[in-house]
Amino acid sequence: MFKKDLQPGTKSKLKSSVQRSLRGALLSTYPLLTPYIDDVLPKKGSLESMKLPDRNTLYILDGTTPLFYQQDGPGGPVIPHLRLVHRYPQCFPTIRIDRGAIRFVLSGATLMAPGLTSKGGRLPADDADPEDLPEGEEMEQEVDEEGRWSRELKQGEPVVIMAEGKTEACAVGTLAVGTKEVKAKGKGPVVEDAHFLGDGLWRIAVD
Amino acid sequence: MADSEQGDRPSEGRHVIYCGVCTLPPEYCEYGGTVKKCQEWLEANQPEMYAKIWSPEVLEAATAALSVDAQKRAARDAQKKAAKAEAAEAKQNEKLASSTITIKRIERNKKKFVTAVFGLEAFGLDLKKVAKDLGKKFATGSSVTKVPSGGEEIVVQGDVSEELEEFLLEKYKDIPGENIELVDDKKKKKAAAAAAT
Repeated sequence: MFKKDLQPGTKSKLKSSVQRSLRGALLSTYPLLTPYIDDVLPKKGSLESMKLPDRNTLYILDGTTPLFYQQDGPGGPVIPHLRLVHRYPQCFPTIRIDRGAIRFVLSGATLMAPGLTSKGGRLPADDADPEDLPEGEEMEQEVDEEGRWSRELKQGEPVVIMAEGKTEACAVGTLAVGTKEVKAKGKGPVVEDAHFLGDGLWRIAVD
Repeated sequence: MADSEQGDRPSEGRHVIYCGVCTLPPEYCEYGGTVKKCQEWLEANQPEMYAKIWSPEVLEAATAALSVDAQKRAARDAQKKAAKAEAAEAKQNEKLASSTITIKRIERNKKKFVTAVFGLEAFGLDLKKVAKDLGKKFATGSSVTKVPSGGEEIVVQGDVSEELEEFLLEKYKDIPGENIELVDDKKKKKAAAAAAT
C-alpha cells in the first residue's frame, strides 16, 4: 500500500476526546496492549494525526514517534506502525512466513498462503482456541515457543508478520481470510496491502 | 501530581537497533539493496550484532535451508536490487554535482536590494526552514516565493549575497562551493521601458 515514498502531509493536533476514543479502539483491538497503554499513549502526550494517500491516517505521538495508522478513515482498522511492533512484539497476534517469502513481502507483494503453510511458516496450531475468546479471557492468548499463536485469527483482523530465522517483525496488515481457511485451502492471498519494512510509511519523515 | 503507581510501571518496551544505512533492523539488511554499506556500518557500529548476523556459520545455515534453484533466484534478485540502488545513487550524485544555486542581487530602488536564492531544493533542503534560518541570521525579512518559471526561491531583504554564500557553505557541508553562483541583477529602466512600449 505504501510502496512508493510518501510525502509527509500536514499534521494536526487531535482533540483529547478523539484521543480517548482512539485509545478505546486500540484496547478493544489489542487487549494484550492493556498493561503498556500508558507507555504507548501517555495521557499527557500530544497525539497528532497526519493524512496519507488512500484515506489513511497516521497517528504520531509528540511529533516524533509514529504509533498507528488507520485505514479508510475513522472507524477503519487501527494498525500499529512497525516501530511500535518492534517495541512491544508480544502484544500483537502474529503469523510467520518462511524464509523464501521474505524478499517478496519486503518488496510489497501480497502475502500468499504457501508462505505460511510450508515448513518454515507458522499459523495457529491445529488445536488452537476458537476465534472469539469468551469475555474476560482476552488476555489468555500468546505465542508459543514454536511461534504459533494460541488462537485462530479471523478475517479482517490485523496481524503482525514475523519471518523465519528473524527476531523482528517484517510486516503488518489485515488478514484477507481467516487462519482456519488458510490451513484448509492452502492457497490464495492472505494479507494484501501490508505495511512492510522499508516502505514509504516506514521511511516517512514525521518531523 | 505524583503518579501513585510509579513503582510497578511496565518497562518502556524493547529498544531495537536499526541500521544507520538502510534504516531496517540489521537482520533485514540483506533485503535492502545496500548490503555492502550496511555490513560496513554494522561492523563499525555494532560489532556484536555483526558477528551474530554475518558470521559464516549463520550464513551457511541460512542458505542450506533453501533449494539450489531458490538460492540462485534469490542471488540474482539481490544482485538486481543492488545494481538498482547503485544506479539510483549515482544518478543522485550526478544531479547534485550538476545543479547550481543562484544567488541573485536584485536592485529594488537604487540603494535598496533584495537577494534571491534559487536552486536550494536540489540539495534536499526544506526551503521554508532555510528561509526562516536566513531571516534569523540576517535579522531581515525572508520568505519563500514562487517564480513564474516554476519552482520556488527564497527572497531575503537587503543585500546579503556574499554573506549568504558563506553561510550556506558553512551550514550545509554537502554543497560544493563551485556550484554557487552570484548574479547581479540591475534594474534597467530603459530596457524595461522599451519592453513596455
